[in-house]
Amino acid sequence: MSGIPHDHYEPNSKTEKWLHSRLPIVGLLYDTLMIPTPKNLNWMWIWGIVLVFCLVMQIVTGIVLVMHYTPHVDMAFASVEHIMRNVNGGDIIRYLHMNGASLFFVAVYAHIFRGLYYGSYKAPREVTWIIGMLIYLLMMATAFMGYVLPWGQMSFHGTAVITGLFGTIPFIGEGIQTWLLGASSVGQPALNRFFSLHYLLPFIILGLVIVHVWAFHTTGNNNPTGVEVRRTSKAEAEKDTLPFWPYFVIKDLFALVVILAVFFALVGFHPNYLGHPDNYIEGNPLVTPAFIVPEWYFLPFYAVLRAFTADVGIVQLVNFLSGGIITADFFGVLAMFGSIAVMALAPWLDTSSVRSGRYRPMFKWWFWLLVIDFFVLMWVGSQPAEGIYGTISLIATTYWFAYFLVILPLLGVIEKPLPQPETIEDDFNAHYPNTDKSGEAAATPAE
Amino acid sequence: MKKTNIHLSALTALMVTAGGAFAAGPAPEVTNYDFAHDGPFGSYDQAQLQRGLQVYTEVCAACHGLQYVPIRSLGDDGGPGLPGDQVRAYAEFYEIWDPTLEDGFGDFRPATPNDHFPMSQLEGAPDLSLMAKARAGFSGPYQLGINQLLYGMGGPEYIASLLTGYADPPSCAPDDFDGTYNAVFTAGGYPEQCYDENGERKYPGSWIGMTQPLWGDDVLYADDTEATIEQQAVDVASFLMWAAEPGLNARKQAGFTGVVMLSVLAVLLYLTNKRLWAPIKGKGRQEEA
Repeated sequence: MSGIPHDHYEPNSKTEKWLHSRLPIVGLLYDTLMIPTPKNLNWMWIWGIVLVFCLVMQIVTGIVLVMHYTPHVDMAFASVEHIMRNVNGGDIIRYLHMNGASLFFVAVYAHIFRGLYYGSYKAPREVTWIIGMLIYLLMMATAFMGYVLPWGQMSFHGTAVITGLFGTIPFIGEGIQTWLLGASSVGQPALNRFFSLHYLLPFIILGLVIVHVWAFHTTGNNNPTGVEVRRTSKAEAEKDTLPFWPYFVIKDLFALVVILAVFFALVGFHPNYLGHPDNYIEGNPLVTPAFIVPEWYFLPFYAVLRAFTADVGIVQLVNFLSGGIITADFFGVLAMFGSIAVMALAPWLDTSSVRSGRYRPMFKWWFWLLVIDFFVLMWVGSQPAEGIYGTISLIATTYWFAYFLVILPLLGVIEKPLPQPETIEDDFNAHYPNTDKSGEAAATPAE
Repeated sequence: MKKTNIHLSALTALMVTAGGAFAAGPAPEVTNYDFAHDGPFGSYDQAQLQRGLQVYTEVCAACHGLQYVPIRSLGDDGGPGLPGDQVRAYAEFYEIWDPTLEDGFGDFRPATPNDHFPMSQLEGAPDLSLMAKARAGFSGPYQLGINQLLYGMGGPEYIASLLTGYADPPSCAPDDFDGTYNAVFTAGGYPEQCYDENGERKYPGSWIGMTQPLWGDDVLYADDTEATIEQQAVDVASFLMWAAEPGLNARKQAGFTGVVMLSVLAVLLYLTNKRLWAPIKGKGRQEEA
C-alpha cells in the first residue's frame, strides 16, 4: 500500500508482542487512529464523524425499537403507539431514530457536496467515491424501508408509489414489482421483508463504511487545497500532516457535539417537524392521501422523477424512437436513477487537472448554482405536480444533468485555474503566519 | 386569549377522507390559539386537561374513541393527573367487550384502568387518539414550513378552529346538500353552485359529516370556568394533544437537559481543541512559554 509514511505500532510488553505476532489488531487500530491527516482540513471535513455517529445511533436505537415492534399489518401501527406510550423512554428513542434519519441525510449531503467542491472524487480517490455512492444508495433504501414500518398512511401509500416505479419498466416491470412486494399489492409480505431488510442493510452499510475508510486511508485524505501530502520521506510528510488522534478527533468531536445540541433541540422540542401528519393515521388501502409526499431527503430526486411528463419534448422524442417502449413514467424513473448515476460518474466526467474548487474561478460559480439547484429541486418536489412547478422542476433537473454531463467536462478545457500552493504546509502557514517552525516538532503524537 | 390568524395550507390541512377532493379556493384560517404546551418550555395545563377530559367524555365520546390511550394514563404525571380512585371510577363509566368472558363467547364488562378507552362508536367517526398529531394547522409561507417551525405543527389549533368553525352555509349552496358547512374543514363535499366562473371555490372550508358538536354550556365545569364554545374547543383540543403525545412534558425536559449538557460539553471541547492546536497554529505561544 502506498500510504503516507508514518510511525507504526511497536509492541513493547511481552503480552503485546504475543498478541501482535498472532493478530496485529492493536497495530491496525493504532495505525487507523494515528493516520497522518492533512493539517489544513477545514470544518467541512467533520461530516464523516457525524455520519459514523449517525450510523451507530440508528443501529442502537433501532435494536431497542425492534424489541417492542411487531411487523404485522394489523399490529404495526399499534405497536409503535405502544412504544410511544408504554415503553420507558420509548417516545424519545423513537424520536431519536426518526429524526436521526434526517440528521444522517443532512450530514451525507454536506459530505457529498464537500467532495464535489474540493474534487475529493478525483484520482486517486475514485474508489472511495464509488463506495460512498453505494453507501448513499443503501442509505436511501434503508430509510425508505424504515419509513414503511410504522404502517401509517404515508408509509403505506408511499410504498405503493415507490415500488410502482419498478412497475414502469417495460415488459418485466410488473413482474419485478410483484417480486419486490411478494404480492400484487402492498401488504403483509412487503411489511415483513422491508422489516427484515431494514434490519440487515445498516450492517452492510457499516461494512462498506469500513471499506470507505480503508480506501481513503490508502490514498490519504483530500484537503481544501487538493494538493497531495509529500510522501518522499516521513519527515516531509510530517510537515504536511498531523496524526488523526488527538488533533482531528477533538476537533471533530467538538463539531459533533455542537450539531448534536441542535439535534437534541429538534428531538426534544419539535420532533414531528420533519415528519408528515398523515403518518399518524393508520395505513388504509381504501383511502389514498390527496398528496403523497416523500420525506424531505428524497424530495430532490422525487422532483427529477416527476419533471418528465408526457408533454415534454424529449420524452415524446424518446417515446417515438423507442417505439413507445419508453413511456413518460419510465423516462422519469430512468432520469431519477440517472441523476444519481451522473453524480457517481463525476470522477470521469470532470476533466480538470485541478482538484480543489478553491483554485477554479469558473467552476466555483457553477458549483454554487448546483447547490442552489439542489434546494430548488427539494422545494419543488414537495409541491403539487402542476402548473408552474412542472416548468421549475424541468429547468432544475436540466441543470442537474448539464452540470455533470456538460459543464464539468467543458470547464476542464476552457477554464484557467489559479495558482495552487506548492505544499499543504505553505497553505497552512499562509493561514497562520505566526507559526513557529520549531513548533512542528512538538506536533508528534502525544501518546 | 391571544390569537393570531395564520393561513391554513390546503396541503397539510387536508383530511384524509374517501373522495375528499382538493380544490384551490380561499384559504381557511386556523386560529393560532395560545396553548400552555406551546413552545420549547411549555407544558400541559393540568386543569385544562381535566376540563378537556370532561368535554371529551360528555360530548365527543358519544361517537368517537381513543383506542390507543390506556385509561390508567389519566393518572400519570404530565397528564390530567387524576387520583387513583378517580381513575378507577372513571374506567367503570365505560363498558367494554371482553372476548375472554362467557367461556370464550365474550361479554361486556365495566372497564378497568388497564383497559384502553373504547373505540369509536359511530362508523365514520375517526378515532381521536392521534388526531392532534395527524393534522397540521400551518405550513406556509410557500410550503417552506417556517410557520410550523415558529408556531408548532398546529394540530390542536386546527382541532379548536374546526370545532369553532361552524357557520351559516353560503347562500349559493342547496339546502339539502350533505353535511354541515364548516369554514375550516377542507376535505368534505362542496356544492358545484359555489364555484366561481374560473372554477375556484368562492368560500373557504367545505361540508363536514359531523354536525356541530359544541354550542356553549355543553358541560358544567367544576372549576366554574365559563363553558363558551371557544373555551370548550380549546380545552378539548389541549386534551387531545395530551392523548396524542402523553410524554410531551418529559420529552421537553429531556430535550432541555440534553441541550444544556451538550452545550457545556461543546464549550469544554472548544477550549480543549483551541489549546491543542495553539502550538501548531502558532497562536498563544507566549502563554505557553
